[in-house]
Amino acid sequence: MDPILYNKIISVGVYGSAIGLILIGLYAVLVKKHLTKIVIGLSIIDAGVHLLFIAVGFIKGGTAPIFSEKGIELVNQGTAMVDPVPQALVLTAIVIGFGVTAVALSLVIRLYRHHHTARIDHIKSLKW
Amino acid sequence: MKRAFILLLLVVVGWVLADTFSQINFGESRMGDIKQQETVGAYYLNNTVEKLSVANVVTAIVVNYRGFDTLGEVTVLFLAASGLASILYRRKKRGEHDVMILKNSSQLLQTGAKLIFPAILVLGAYVFIHGHLTPGGGFQGGAIIASGFLLMFMAYKDYHVSHNVLTWVESVAGILFVSVGIWGLISGATFLENVLGTGTLNDLISGGVIPLIYIAVGFKVAAELTGVLETLLNFKTEK
Repeated sequence: MDPILYNKIISVGVYGSAIGLILIGLYAVLVKKHLTKIVIGLSIIDAGVHLLFIAVGFIKGGTAPIFSEKGIELVNQGTAMVDPVPQALVLTAIVIGFGVTAVALSLVIRLYRHHHTARIDHIKSLKW
Repeated sequence: MKRAFILLLLVVVGWVLADTFSQINFGESRMGDIKQQETVGAYYLNNTVEKLSVANVVTAIVVNYRGFDTLGEVTVLFLAASGLASILYRRKKRGEHDVMILKNSSQLLQTGAKLIFPAILVLGAYVFIHGHLTPGGGFQGGAIIASGFLLMFMAYKDYHVSHNVLTWVESVAGILFVSVGIWGLISGATFLENVLGTGTLNDLISGGVIPLIYIAVGFKVAAELTGVLETLLNFKTEK
């Protein structure tokens, strides 16, 4: 197979799936009525953004940015390592995403306790 | 009508993202020559082994170069856990039940959970102790330990972890993190400066304060995630 075409297919696949995840999450946030599903949509957007970050930092043929005796030899021979900065940022983003999900779920539980439903179209009152 | 607007919005967002990322070639090196240190990634890759003797560059970035950011991140996690508890807290009214789960789980799950629980704890501890040598670290190890506790919560309906113990573990780990940072200040450098000797690459005790901080982070994350699970599982129901 032509390597340029192959690279194009791979890039469309990776970026496309990441953007697809973001769009699926956005659709769930906008359309779904159940609050738990909205929180799940936020998590899916998170996953898409993380995948996009890692894909931008990837270098073809690169190894993970972890050195060993053999790894230093390989780097000295010219083997590339992937960019470590996006990976470190995604580690931060995952933790923040967890915090957001936890607090959002606790608000959903609180709403459910008060209104006995977690569907936003069944909650009529603005104050609670 | 609303659907049409939402679809239009999705198409616009998708088109903007796709147009942006179609100009970024996938798999192309954007760090420049590593030895020239033109970008921040190249600087980290070039200096981590020589100056810090840490094998895992991501760990070196998270704990050493961006250590202050990690302290803030741990604080955000702590605030999320305590915010969750304060949002869900409610005084028990008369006639309310404490426990939602009424049915016992199966014998298979109970025995299997008891068998595998210590192994999960050991794996989590391994992951955060070796955070500077292998893929892993404090956050990942803490999440593994919390998943072990989740298994126990699922298997045994009366399984409880004392909130006092969790708070103590969390506080001591947080104080350890901050005092390592202040140690750097006292010894004449900056906050969270790596003041210990770095040792040799691929030793368990190497990298100066990085393993210390990651062990503290591991305990803190494990305690916080377990606390979140405990709060979410044991909220009071109206009856």
